[in-house]
Amino acid sequence: MRIGLFSTCINSLYFTRTVAATRTVLERLGVEIIQTEQVCCGQMHINSGYPALAKPLVDLVEKNFAECDYIVAPSASCIGSLREHEDRPELVAKCLDLSEFLIDILKVTDVGAIFNHRVTMHTTCHSLRVAKLGDRPLQLLRAVSGIEIIDLPAADSCCGFGGTFSVKNSDVSGAMLQDKMRNIESTGAEYVVSADNSCLMHIGGGLQRDSAKTQVIHLAEILANRG
Amino acid sequence: MGKGYSGVRIPFPILAKEALKDTQLRVNLKRATTTIREKRAKVVAEVADWEALRQAGHDIKMTMIAELSNHLQRFEQEFTDAGGTVHWARNSQEACEIVANIAKANKVTEIVKVKSLTTDEISLNEYLEKRGIVAQETDLAELIVQLADEHPSHILVPAIHKNRDQIRDLFMEKIPEASRELTNSPQELAMTARAHLRNKFLSARMAVSGANFAIAESGTLCVVESEGNGRMCLTLPEILVSVVGIEKILPKWNDLEVFLQLLPRSATGERMNPYTSFWTGSGDGAQERHVVLLDNGRVQTLADESGREALACIRCSACMNVCPVYELTGGHTYSSVYPGPIGAIITPQLLGPGEAKTLPFASTLCGACYEVCPVKINIPKILVYLRAKENQANPNEVEKMTMRIAALTLRPRGLKILAQLTKTLAPALSSPAMQKISRYLPISKKWSAFRNIPTARLTKKKPRPL
Repeated sequence: MRIGLFSTCINSLYFTRTVAATRTVLERLGVEIIQTEQVCCGQMHINSGYPALAKPLVDLVEKNFAECDYIVAPSASCIGSLREHEDRPELVAKCLDLSEFLIDILKVTDVGAIFNHRVTMHTTCHSLRVAKLGDRPLQLLRAVSGIEIIDLPAADSCCGFGGTFSVKNSDVSGAMLQDKMRNIESTGAEYVVSADNSCLMHIGGGLQRDSAKTQVIHLAEILANRG
Repeated sequence: MGKGYSGVRIPFPILAKEALKDTQLRVNLKRATTTIREKRAKVVAEVADWEALRQAGHDIKMTMIAELSNHLQRFEQEFTDAGGTVHWARNSQEACEIVANIAKANKVTEIVKVKSLTTDEISLNEYLEKRGIVAQETDLAELIVQLADEHPSHILVPAIHKNRDQIRDLFMEKIPEASRELTNSPQELAMTARAHLRNKFLSARMAVSGANFAIAESGTLCVVESEGNGRMCLTLPEILVSVVGIEKILPKWNDLEVFLQLLPRSATGERMNPYTSFWTGSGDGAQERHVVLLDNGRVQTLADESGREALACIRCSACMNVCPVYELTGGHTYSSVYPGPIGAIITPQLLGPGEAKTLPFASTLCGACYEVCPVKINIPKILVYLRAKENQANPNEVEKMTMRIAALTLRPRGLKILAQLTKTLAPALSSPAMQKISRYLPISKKWSAFRNIPTARLTKKKPRPL
């Protein structure tokens, strides 16, 4: 089984810890990762109304990962976007979020992680309704030893990020963020975890602005942690 | 109500910013949408084959759209054979003229109205008012909005932005018969409106309605409602004019089996709505029946293969009840009779590119709307499609260039160079000084108004346990 790790551009640039953690988890489970060149999935271009600019990027994803049986990414959002290309059935079939790869392909929920902290999970709209991960991220989290998971009120409501929405409609985005942060802070969790760094960038920026105690963390980083 | 939305549309982000300041509005909206949302979820869960029903609703509507001209001709034939008169209107102006001419020919100066979005879309009430004809709204919430001289802010619950106290105050001010001891109890408020409306029903000689469905094979119109005031309008006056968008056609009577299950559960969260009225030809009720079949942008929408699915909408409002953007900003920010997610894909298409260009961007693409849509309209997909269409019609050169640069940079070589750069710059980027400065820089101030530049989480040589 040839596995390509699709880092996603924001992780390659700003959240390399998530990429490293994904690699750690996969390698711990004996997965061999093929060396691949990274590229953006084009989601920002598509969702902002520039589909023609996305096309060469998606072409590159397809080309760079042509050797792989699966393209695994620590991002439900980018995977979800790649899977929307119905005209590229081979690519669609290969793309998996980390949680899907672990649970559906490797049939593993306990990845041997230890995380002695109180966490709450933001389920992200794209993992729920685009990539349709279901409760996979939560299954993985529940199997982590030492972890305490606190339910997030209104977990399935949008955090207000929405890519360029966060600047084009910054006031609405900010108001949605306020609601989300209030719910996060009500849990008293030390960390808010999610399968996507894009939402976390927005939530984390808000929490820092509020000098909140809760920090953001990507699911892969918890799964990689061994205490 | 019926205050038409015409002239220059204020961009969504600007209206939204204003709406967000109205804390009472946010409280009212949250309470109301949460209640309807929960009711809907409960009654939808009762239907074992809900997903199959949704698919059937989608398929019937999409087939109808593909064969629309045949069904319209059939409808015209059947409605005419049954003794009614069919009128065709290309736009608002023509539709309003037809209604006004019927009123004038019959020397009518007062009309009672069944709740109808289509007549709001064409601003019929204002048109009639200018010609000395009073159009009286009879749906309770539409009456509230009309008395307040406002626009509806929700397609099904037009006064959702108001709470009981606000309605009580309005009735005390605007309804002469209202008791001086009126309280905010829903029953008292409803009785006040009822007494006010009863006289109008008895005196009006003409009614105007829309229609939820128009059955082609039998020439039947159908109105689905909750209060019975619609039934009063449909049966008491001698003249009845229905303004119907051409996409309301259903080929067969049997198709109603699907839609009369989908609509009430999705709309009010009821298993069945209290009043469903049908009329075909003459008999009891109005002796003179007209239907105005309205285009007003629907044909151009139909011609767009990627956007036409929006015409499948049955106006249930489930999408706005689950929309986090709608819940915070309310319906007025969409500057259209059709607010919320469905409005964001219908309005720009009916009006044409450039006329409502901020609406397709008024969504986080969270997908909650698509999940609840009873006819499975892929709203996020159409939003994204319309964004591209608006960008093409009115390019923002700076944004386009930025996107182009990003598309050229976020590739293997560019990513490596940028990664080196962020590694060096990351500490400075999220430094306290930069957080302050970024609030004033044009490139970052929209972001930094609400959030810090997040701290980068970069790999260290020795990862330390958390």
